[in-house]
Amino acid sequence: MKIVGLSGSKVGSKTRIAMDYSVKSLTEKFPNTEATLIDLAEYDVQFSDGRNYLDYVGDTGYVVKTIMEADAIIIGTPIFQASIPATLKNIFDLLPVNAFRDKVVSMLVTAGSSKHYLIAEQQLKPILAYMKAQIVQTYVFIEETDFYQKEITNDDVLFRIDRLVEDTVVLTETFTKIREVKEAEYNF
Amino acid sequence: MEKYRIDQSKGLEFGIYTLGDHLPNPLTGERISAEQRIREIIEYAKLADQAGIDFFSVGESHQEFFATQAHAVVLSAIAQATEKIKIASSSTIISTSDPVRVFENFATLDLISGGRAEIVAGRASRIGLFDLLGYSVRDYEGLFEEKFDLLLKINEEEVVNWSGEFRAPLRNAEVLPRPQNGSMPIWRAVGGSPASAIKAGNAGVPMFMAHLGGPATIFKRTVDAYRDAAQNSGFDPSELPVATAGFFYAAETSQQALKDMYPHINEGMKRTNGQGFPKQHFAQGVDPHNVMNIGSPQEIIEKILYQHELFGHQRYIAQIDFGGVPFERLMKNIELIGTEILPAIKKYTANN
Repeated sequence: MKIVGLSGSKVGSKTRIAMDYSVKSLTEKFPNTEATLIDLAEYDVQFSDGRNYLDYVGDTGYVVKTIMEADAIIIGTPIFQASIPATLKNIFDLLPVNAFRDKVVSMLVTAGSSKHYLIAEQQLKPILAYMKAQIVQTYVFIEETDFYQKEITNDDVLFRIDRLVEDTVVLTETFTKIREVKEAEYNF
Repeated sequence: MEKYRIDQSKGLEFGIYTLGDHLPNPLTGERISAEQRIREIIEYAKLADQAGIDFFSVGESHQEFFATQAHAVVLSAIAQATEKIKIASSSTIISTSDPVRVFENFATLDLISGGRAEIVAGRASRIGLFDLLGYSVRDYEGLFEEKFDLLLKINEEEVVNWSGEFRAPLRNAEVLPRPQNGSMPIWRAVGGSPASAIKAGNAGVPMFMAHLGGPATIFKRTVDAYRDAAQNSGFDPSELPVATAGFFYAAETSQQALKDMYPHINEGMKRTNGQGFPKQHFAQGVDPHNVMNIGSPQEIIEKILYQHELFGHQRYIAQIDFGGVPFERLMKNIELIGTEILPAIKKYTANN
């Protein structure tokens, strides 16, 4: 099982800290999964110009192809101006319409204000649903106060991330199994 | 219809097209050489001609896993190897070519083949060729519209005066040689969405509509949009031919057809398009109302007749060879078309 952690912003460090913890949790609990962390701050990704994702080269090509090859994606995103960052939206724009078909996608959100709690529900989930993702419905919402000196200090957040990681793996296994059984029934 | 060399009294025309893909056979993992693939395409056209099939076309795709980038050259060999079958591109990416050179090539092809050549002009679904040939993707639409207009003008006028944004002007230019009857059929390739079909209708040019899968009724909207646009622009839709093109595979039973074809389509699409074909969608392909013509010969006959009733089209074009289908399977399909499918379709659609 290939799982990609996608840290969706070039700004700040909290999303990356949460993603680092998620990947650590994933590799400790599920050592057989192949985990890759993509932090968009470390890549020079161009804006979508409408081409097929296979035609992108360099960092852009690497990022979109790695996502397309994944069985599951854990998206980490901050909230900017009451929405997801442009860097993350650009990743969606670079991908084909049905990019998340047969993939499980889960989310964690870092935000400076609790007023941003429903942004993922109202803005991120509809995009994922449109792109045919199987969404892990419960996401982890992390606030400024949950961090202290580059670390998540709220145990509740850590527990919730652990559950998010577990749910991502369990749902991916489940949907893969269902698909295999269903496809075998077609008998072709 | 005469202008487009179509005689409707003979019934629905049946054609075959290839994108010229050069993919491994997913069952063996082996890929034949480009030389063998090109020879097999020529042989495929020859067999189609012998089976009484009306039309054969070859596409250009400038990317990995394709072999007929120089599709006009391949068509030229096909012209020489065949006798009656109409030959065309599917499609010629006019956006990144010089319409003068394209016309010269295809007019020559028309003379070699004795008046059997046609051009289908398209915009390209993958756009790597823009970089390769030195064009900007930002001009994707502008390049197509301008160059397609010029191609049509060259076809209509023996002496051309023209100026535009993407090519040097033409002053009293004679583009030679002329096709056998002075002009040749030029179609606009449409990807299945009404927006592009409306442009074809507005220009009053024949429409070559490609369709992957899904209910035939969806594509009926595109055909209707095309004819409405033609009518509104002062053209007579009954004089404008429509061709439909999509996946085809005949076997003894529909289950066998699905089994034979699925790995090729799924693996081929993964390689050329980046995503496979969902099995669930493919399984629906055998439904009588699904536009994919997959099934037993009798089921396919019924599907094509249903589509004909729905679309009132003049030509159906089958794509059978996508994804490294072994040549003997193509031969078997041509045999089934020639002996069972074609006679039935002609019988039910010809006016006599």
